[in-house]
Amino acid sequence: MFDDVPILSIITFIPLIVALFLIFITHISGEDALEQLEKNAPRVALIVTTVVFILSLLLVLNFDPSTADYQFTETFTWIGGGIEYRMGVDGISMLFVVLTAFLTLLCIFASQSSIKSRMIEYMVAFLILETFMIGVFCALDLILFYLFFEAVLIPMFIIIGVWGGKNRVYASYKFFLYTLLGSVLMLAAVLWIYGYAAQEFDRPTTNIETLSNELDLPVGAQTWLWLAFFASFAVKMPMWPVHTWLPDAHVEAPTAGSVILAGILLKLGGYGFLRFSVPMFPDASVSLAPLIFWMSIIAIIYTSLVAYRQKDIKKLIAYSSVAHMGFVTMGIFVVNMQGIQGAIFQMLSHGLISAALFFCVGVIYDRMHTRDIAFYGGLVKAMPVYAFFMMLFTMANVGLPGTSGFIGEILTMIGAFQYNSWIAAGAATGMILSAVYALHLYRAVIFGEQSNDKLDNIEDMKRHEIAVLASLAVMVIVLGVYPSLITDITAVSVENLINRFNVATGQE
Amino acid sequence: MLMLLYKIIVFAPLLGCLITGFLGRRIGDKPSMTIATGLLFLSAILSWVAFFDIYNNKGIEPTVNLFRWMDVGGLTANWALKIDMLTGVMLVVVTTVSALVHLYSWGYMENDPGKPRFFAYLSLFTFAMLMLVTADNFIQLFFGWEGVGLASYLLIGFWYKKPSANAAAIKAFVTNRVGDVGFALGVMAVFFIFGSVNFDTVFATLADNSDRIVSFVGMEINAVELIAFLLFVGAMGKSAQFILHVWLPDAMEGPTPVSALIHAATMVTAGVFLVCRVFPIYEMAPVTAGFITVIGAFTALFAATVALVQNDIKRVIAYSTCSQLGYMFFAAGVGAYSAAMFHLFTHAFFKALLFLGAGSVIHALHHEQDMRKMGGTWKVIPLTYMAMIVGTLALTGVGFPGIPGVVDVKFGFAGFHSKDLVIESAYAAGTSAGVFAFWAGVIAALMTSFYSWRLIFMTFHGRHRVKKEVINHARESPGVMLIPLFILSIGAMAAGSVFHDGFVGEGAADFWRHALPADMHADPAPIHPYAAVGADHVDDAHGGGHHDFPLWVLWAPVLVSALGFITAWFMYIRNDGTQRRIASEGGPLYRFLLNKWYIDELYDATVVRATRWLGDLFWKRGDKGLIDRFGPDGIGKAAMAGARRLSGLQSGYLYHYAFVMLLGLAVIIALVFGTSGG
Repeated sequence: MFDDVPILSIITFIPLIVALFLIFITHISGEDALEQLEKNAPRVALIVTTVVFILSLLLVLNFDPSTADYQFTETFTWIGGGIEYRMGVDGISMLFVVLTAFLTLLCIFASQSSIKSRMIEYMVAFLILETFMIGVFCALDLILFYLFFEAVLIPMFIIIGVWGGKNRVYASYKFFLYTLLGSVLMLAAVLWIYGYAAQEFDRPTTNIETLSNELDLPVGAQTWLWLAFFASFAVKMPMWPVHTWLPDAHVEAPTAGSVILAGILLKLGGYGFLRFSVPMFPDASVSLAPLIFWMSIIAIIYTSLVAYRQKDIKKLIAYSSVAHMGFVTMGIFVVNMQGIQGAIFQMLSHGLISAALFFCVGVIYDRMHTRDIAFYGGLVKAMPVYAFFMMLFTMANVGLPGTSGFIGEILTMIGAFQYNSWIAAGAATGMILSAVYALHLYRAVIFGEQSNDKLDNIEDMKRHEIAVLASLAVMVIVLGVYPSLITDITAVSVENLINRFNVATGQE
Repeated sequence: MLMLLYKIIVFAPLLGCLITGFLGRRIGDKPSMTIATGLLFLSAILSWVAFFDIYNNKGIEPTVNLFRWMDVGGLTANWALKIDMLTGVMLVVVTTVSALVHLYSWGYMENDPGKPRFFAYLSLFTFAMLMLVTADNFIQLFFGWEGVGLASYLLIGFWYKKPSANAAAIKAFVTNRVGDVGFALGVMAVFFIFGSVNFDTVFATLADNSDRIVSFVGMEINAVELIAFLLFVGAMGKSAQFILHVWLPDAMEGPTPVSALIHAATMVTAGVFLVCRVFPIYEMAPVTAGFITVIGAFTALFAATVALVQNDIKRVIAYSTCSQLGYMFFAAGVGAYSAAMFHLFTHAFFKALLFLGAGSVIHALHHEQDMRKMGGTWKVIPLTYMAMIVGTLALTGVGFPGIPGVVDVKFGFAGFHSKDLVIESAYAAGTSAGVFAFWAGVIAALMTSFYSWRLIFMTFHGRHRVKKEVINHARESPGVMLIPLFILSIGAMAAGSVFHDGFVGEGAADFWRHALPADMHADPAPIHPYAAVGADHVDDAHGGGHHDFPLWVLWAPVLVSALGFITAWFMYIRNDGTQRRIASEGGPLYRFLLNKWYIDELYDATVVRATRWLGDLFWKRGDKGLIDRFGPDGIGKAAMAGARRLSGLQSGYLYHYAFVMLLGLAVIIALVFGTSGG
């Protein structure tokens, strides 16, 4: 169907083109037209993101899950010097494209009513963000990947800085500082690889496929490169102890910003580990895996405990995200089928669940303009529909079987157990702690006597809010009951990754 | 056709849950209650059909495969309904009690505004429980396992305005989660050792792996023992065994029908069911089996001591449940799985009866639960009183065990048949754990009788201690509540004698088929070490082997039961006021028991406080004090000043940013190109 069409580029760049077009029109429009545009911009963005989402679904339908090869590939000469514009997806990246398209669509849809100022700019920022995010997952060239990977932060930085809360300056500063540090190290590593590959192959190349399949890096160099990439990915995950930017960023970000941050941006790190660290630096991935495991287990236990003591709903969920990402890093580096499949599943599932939880927070924030847990209480009486959704996503967050949250956790733990029972046992304590903080939050906000007068006239969810959460709820349940929708697509690529890894590390 | 039968049994409650849950407020209370109850009765009737069908279709033990659930690198698990007699027994227990509880709730919850929600939760629970008992693999079992936990959480906290109910709900969920960690690790270990999570595949390769030693968190352990132990930790949580029992008494915060269904008859027995379902594993894990025996016996004893002095009518029954679950476990621990299941089966009837009866009392007395404020009510609520008497006779195991060689008949209430058998099988085990369990069982039976009759006397007999205005309005509960009491009373009277032969008697082999070992002690080629010892005592093939026990063993439970009755009679009828004297003088032992051995206080002082303290420590000292202080905040004033300058930009329009952004990209490209070109 997409044989002669550069479909990935189309999906990736449609939002950017429309965004640039919107900027252009804003420039040449007069006062009246601008007002008109302010009204129409959300609609335009909605149409664009819908088109992108439909295209991404068509892409999955045309995706051949029986091969580990990259599909829908496009190659154009670009900067030169071996650097190409190369796009393609495999089983690992395919579904992240869909998730990105889906969540961006929901964000645009949900923002129609909750954003009051600078509507055009807001839509533009989200469209640009979408382009960069999809670009990250499609890029098959190291430099191209790097550009998308870093560029993603700029619109996100702006979204927090412009539409954020009171402390947005501190939050964006912290966010920026952490990621900058990681980026610089990763850039250095990228450049080193570029130089080394040019020597090895007698021609410069930044083709990811070539680099991961054919480039044999010396063990010593692998360690340094691994650490440099790790610096960048660990910040993005975020892993303990470089996680403290996340709660602040979430608290200050507008709802849709939090959704994208938790839903997609946190997955870039895990995707990076899978795409680069494991295949390109296999020996280092073996020797440094214990570091990852320690950090993962600490993340799960430490941040769950911290989450329990939070007074701000968003901070609580943000810390919970860090804990859930601990399962991902743990699953990736045990490098077996259950571990990696589970890690990918966990990322996709957490993308849906955390997005839903942040939308949930958005619902009451839009009404009461506070995220203070103590402010709320007894919402179930006035907002039964809301209470239902919140319960469903709380349970999904806790990893109740039947929801997608369970599949990712149990698979990664089963994978980890085969590697080392200590790790699995450490992660399993997260099952208790997640119940502690999640039910604590639910009780404080939803149950109990409604004692705050200000909540007397709070309205239950509106139809468009229900639509957003219901679509996520359906996904969470469907994937929990029939996870093969994901695992069938990822299986062959993951198997291929593991096989190559085992060959490279001499385990087979 | 048959397959459809099982699908209807399992999914009718789910349908009921979805309809009442989502449409309840639209279609109204009555229609949604009718739908939920009707579907549950359909499920219950079909369960009995299935029960007899399984019994008659000997040898046919099908598995209904629904669809694939997980298929990840050799880890496969289907959504499936495994049909054998173990499932069959659980199907009838769960659906029958659930259907009756649905009906009963029409009366009990009459004035509650949240009726559709309540019925939706009840049906949800039933569905999850049915998924648990029909699982053919560990993962689906875990689905049901946690699903019933969710339903239990929702129902304990049903009256969400009560802080105590919310606290109890969370306590139940979190304590169960502690057990579930064990269960989950057990499942991981199962897959690690056997490469499968399917029961049949695991059991088939069990013998090959019986000597495998694995390393688990630094210990070298026999693999099968490890799995057996981890799974039992899960069972301890769900079935409220000692150290993880703390949630069950608090769970009484939920409406009483819930206590009857979930916290007495069905969910809390899931742990016993689990041990029986995977009995081949326990057959090969003698150490863990011994551990189960000890924990079960200790819980039977411990919970009974606490029940002696409680004043809340529901708490007495709750501790009684905890204690009876202990009996089931030590039976399973000594390898008498069929006796454990038999006691599970009869207990479901008489304990549900006792709870629903207690509910009827509470309903009549305007939600009064304190027995000190009851008394002399039997004339007001005579039918409830009779039901409670039947339940008590069944629980205390009243019956005639026969005299070997002289009078070869035995008859009695349901609990008599099963509990005596449980106690006898502990005796027959002949191990030190078995001896402990035997004596614990006998002493607990004494206490069971005492606290049960104490409950009856305090509630129904003696002086009125009820407030005037309450007793004047008190009247017998409506028919919808009495019919379930009546049906359960029949069960409490007859379930023991009718089913004795099938569960544990001569027909046991035909009854259980492959689901459970029929002969508890007479296995000619015992794999189980206890069974080997037990075999010495039993030379015929009779499951129970009553004839070979010394007379005193047969009569001990019945006699202590009588003793308990007499003691209670003396203290609460003959010398009315003993209770108050004990309570006011309050010796240290009394206070120790009244405060449930101070275990809640212990947990509060240690685990709960430590969790809060660590959370605060990591947050305030860790994140803020260390990471942020030396990380981003510590980068220095210069950087902050830079950030402030940066923030000045934030008032501009987006295209300014876009410009900066493009500029940034250009710089990066130039950097890359410059380096690579050179």
